[in-house]
Amino acid sequence: MSADATGGTAASASTTAYTPEDARPLAGDERMWTARLRGWAIRAFPPGKLLPDRQPSYVASWVYVFGVLTLAAFVVILVSGGVLVWRGPSWWHLSKVGLFFNSIHLWSVELFFFFMVLHLWGKFFMAAWRGNRTLTWMTGVVSFLASIATAFTGYLSQQNFDSQWISTQAKDGLNSVGVGAFFNVMNFGQMLLWHVLLLPVAVAVLVVLHLLLVRHRGVVRPMARQGDPKDSAEEAPGTSGARR
Amino acid sequence: MMSSLIDLNTTGHYLHWGFIQISVANLVVILLMVVVFVLAIVIPFHAGRRER
Repeated sequence: MSADATGGTAASASTTAYTPEDARPLAGDERMWTARLRGWAIRAFPPGKLLPDRQPSYVASWVYVFGVLTLAAFVVILVSGGVLVWRGPSWWHLSKVGLFFNSIHLWSVELFFFFMVLHLWGKFFMAAWRGNRTLTWMTGVVSFLASIATAFTGYLSQQNFDSQWISTQAKDGLNSVGVGAFFNVMNFGQMLLWHVLLLPVAVAVLVVLHLLLVRHRGVVRPMARQGDPKDSAEEAPGTSGARR
Repeated sequence: MMSSLIDLNTTGHYLHWGFIQISVANLVVILLMVVVFVLAIVIPFHAGRRER
């Protein structure tokens, strides 16, 4: 058993219930980057805000379901894509189970874009960038664009006549804007690695950022009707930290 | 007609209006999205627990 700086022991610390006070730095440690980062994270994302039990009443609409449906499809894409990476192209082209997982991957992508565009329509028509939510909106926009690039490299990675046709058509377009030297759609190895590593990581990071911003700012309120006192987008709580 | 629409091994079907050209498959998906979007607005959502 090792004693820590406060005179306690590692064993006693592990058996004691955690309290918010434990997050406070010791005297003199306030300026350490770990203490400052921890303090910022706790202020920005208190547990009740990060994973709320209840939602504001205006969230009770099917329009608010499209975002989480997009997220569910994204999880299926990642899992089915992981299986395809594990077994390789000859498996997904030639075996029955491989063809099944190939189809699961394709159709989860179809659903991902289907629900993401519906999510985009819903948020556009309710002007979801109101109430200091610009960054939430922009992370959504950029993740949408990154998703298109990921899907495109996926079509190039099929290793069939379809992917050959798409790559030969796309190279002229990309060469005409000067990116062909860095992003060569005729280079199967490069496209496959972009598809299974760089772009999925970019999309995943953007989606996590998007979700954290949604939790931080809360879900935007519907726009005020004409005659209402004011547009109260700023006040949208989106959390239930105070009510359990 | 339906079998040719869902058979992906045949030539695609396209619609033309002047300079606009769209495949039937894409048009069906877009129309389906519009229908789902309208239904999501119209159909009431029965939430179990609400905050306020």
